[in-house]
Amino acid sequence: MSSTVQLLQQEVPLNCYLLLSAVLFCLGAAGFLIKRNLITVFMSIELMLNAVNLSFVTFAHQWHQVKGQIFVFFVMMVAAAEAAVGLAIIIAVFRARATLAVDRIDLMKL
Amino acid sequence: MNVHLHLWLIPLLPFAGFLFNGIFGRRLPKAAVTTVALLAPLASLIVVLNAAVAAGSGALLPVTETCPRSWIDAGTLHIDFSFVLDQLSLVMLLVVTGVGFIIHVYSVGYMGHEEGYWRFFSYLNLFLFFMTVLVLAGNALLMFVGWEGVGLASYLLIGFYFRRQSAADAGKKAFIVNRIGDFGFLIGLFLLLANFGTLTFSDIASKISADPAMTGGVLTAIALCLLVGATGKSAQLPLYVWLPDAMEGPTPVSALIHAATMVTAGVYMIARTHFIFDRSPFALGVVAIVGAATALFAATIGLVQNDIKRVLAYSTISQLGYMFLGCGVAAYSAAIFHLMTHAFFKALLFLAAGSVIHALGGEQDLRKMGGLRKQIPITFWTMTAAVIAIAGFPPFAGFFSKDAILLAAFVHGPGGKALWFVGLVTALLTSFYMFRLWYLAFMGESRSHDVHPHESPWSMLGPLVILALLSVGGGWIGIGRFAAYLAPSVGASSTEEVSFGLEVGLMVLAVAVAFIGWFIADRFYRKRPERPAELAASMPAGYGLLTNKYYVDEIYNAAFVRPVMMFSKYVLEWVVDVAILGGLALLLAGAATFCGAILQRWQSGNLRSYAAWLALGAAAILLFVLVPHMFGSTGITLAGH
Repeated sequence: MSSTVQLLQQEVPLNCYLLLSAVLFCLGAAGFLIKRNLITVFMSIELMLNAVNLSFVTFAHQWHQVKGQIFVFFVMMVAAAEAAVGLAIIIAVFRARATLAVDRIDLMKL
Repeated sequence: MNVHLHLWLIPLLPFAGFLFNGIFGRRLPKAAVTTVALLAPLASLIVVLNAAVAAGSGALLPVTETCPRSWIDAGTLHIDFSFVLDQLSLVMLLVVTGVGFIIHVYSVGYMGHEEGYWRFFSYLNLFLFFMTVLVLAGNALLMFVGWEGVGLASYLLIGFYFRRQSAADAGKKAFIVNRIGDFGFLIGLFLLLANFGTLTFSDIASKISADPAMTGGVLTAIALCLLVGATGKSAQLPLYVWLPDAMEGPTPVSALIHAATMVTAGVYMIARTHFIFDRSPFALGVVAIVGAATALFAATIGLVQNDIKRVLAYSTISQLGYMFLGCGVAAYSAAIFHLMTHAFFKALLFLAAGSVIHALGGEQDLRKMGGLRKQIPITFWTMTAAVIAIAGFPPFAGFFSKDAILLAAFVHGPGGKALWFVGLVTALLTSFYMFRLWYLAFMGESRSHDVHPHESPWSMLGPLVILALLSVGGGWIGIGRFAAYLAPSVGASSTEEVSFGLEVGLMVLAVAVAFIGWFIADRFYRKRPERPAELAASMPAGYGLLTNKYYVDEIYNAAFVRPVMMFSKYVLEWVVDVAILGGLALLLAGAATFCGAILQRWQSGNLRSYAAWLALGAAAILLFVLVPHMFGSTGITLAGH
């Protein structure tokens, strides 16, 4: 019982947060590169953004600076806007092409 | 003493006329164009007359007006917009604006039915602007601006009938030949700047007079360069070839630009920079020889020309040679005197010739004229006054000025007698060819039956009458008083000590040769009209040489024009343009296309490949940033141990 309380009261080292942030970011990047479905790609982007948010908060906590936390709000706000616009684009693409496979949406090449 | 003569108005008024007619003229009625075109030079003339009255006997002169802002201000170089009115520029201004205005009036009648009436008058006003800038300029650079500007106006007006190939070619020829002369002028300016550090005439003059030991050498070089410029503008050997062709322009243009004013700019320039020429006897000698040679050379060509305007053109070249001869013997006031009287009678000759051409509906060939004295009497009488004036009979204007130059040449040191003799022979030839023209055009019976000559309108005859009065009385002021008036500007001439007997003797000789010239013309063209043809047939070589103008155009073509054309075509066009420049352009284009073809493969359109490149790039940057950092920290760690 007391050991559990001790464990809960013990502070998790900062490195763990950063490691988690790096892992999440790499997962997001890998998902972005590997997945074919446009919506999954989109979710990967969100994952990367949140990984970055995590490291922002971590550093803010370490250095006792509020700037990092404020930045997180900005990122979240942009991510929300991006989600709205991005999903609208995805719907438009699906209506036009009847597919969401990114390797088939390649009209921009020369 | 401070006087305000408003000299800046003199050039700016015609410029305003040019702008107005040039911009709005096309849409305006002819009467409005005429009003503006005549008011501008008239207002200019009034300002000049006002200045002349204010200047009075010349005690106030020279007056300098300088724009408060400097024009060019770079390091030690200061050049201002400065206008200088002295005796010399005042005389020249009176001629330019006076004769200019008269010819403007004449043009209203002469050009009345022409297409591009507004264009003609805007060019004519533009010419007056540049010419007055040239005359008033207080430094050599501003003079050069005017100098180039009158060349431009001349080009535009020679090529006025630009649809005619010959007129367009003549304009180009005039411009290009003048460029050769201008090159010399420009080199002269550079030399002046390098040696005196200023281009202001009065500064250069005071620097030269402060150093009496300065003769020859660099001054000779400067003087010769300026002379090259003067031979171009004033149509002297060897750059005279453009002037006969310039007769392609309308006749009032020939009268104003190519007889009375612009072509005398070279004489004016030499008189203006006389302090340089005075210190270089060699350069003066060259001026005199160029002048005498041109006078004789052009007069001989003038003997056999059949186009009425070409006779007058060669006569102009010949008379300009007289003025150069006068400058060359340091008799600048005599040269300017002849410049003035010549402006009167040569403008009159051209305008009367224009009236003849107008009367005959465009006919310029003397062989198709004849018997015009009855049909166009006023033109006939005014032309007669001009012919007598140029031939040198007293008391007409030409007699006084020509006599002054001949006298100055005669008493001019070594070689003066030879120059005088050439001048005398030229006077004989002048008298002959002018009376030949007179007999062929006005005397005898008409040689053309299908024309009905009519007298010109009064807007043309009025100027003729005014110029005729000036041609008669323009010389009465006398060289003595004229030279005394000009002395502050061009230095006193040295003819005072000539004995009265010599003066009268030379005068009688000059009149005698003029009389002989008339007498021969009378024999040839009145008594025995078949005689000239016989004479020509008896010596075909000489006659051919003269009618072909000594083949100078052909020689220049072979020696300069064709080689330049060949060089342009084969070297500049084929080698430089097509091979080198074209090849380079192709090479560059090919290289760009090749690179593009390779780089194109990156643009797959595949979102994931773009993202992969992006991730790779980010990883590379990260590596680039972190690797030195890591090595740096190990370095510190190692040092720590």
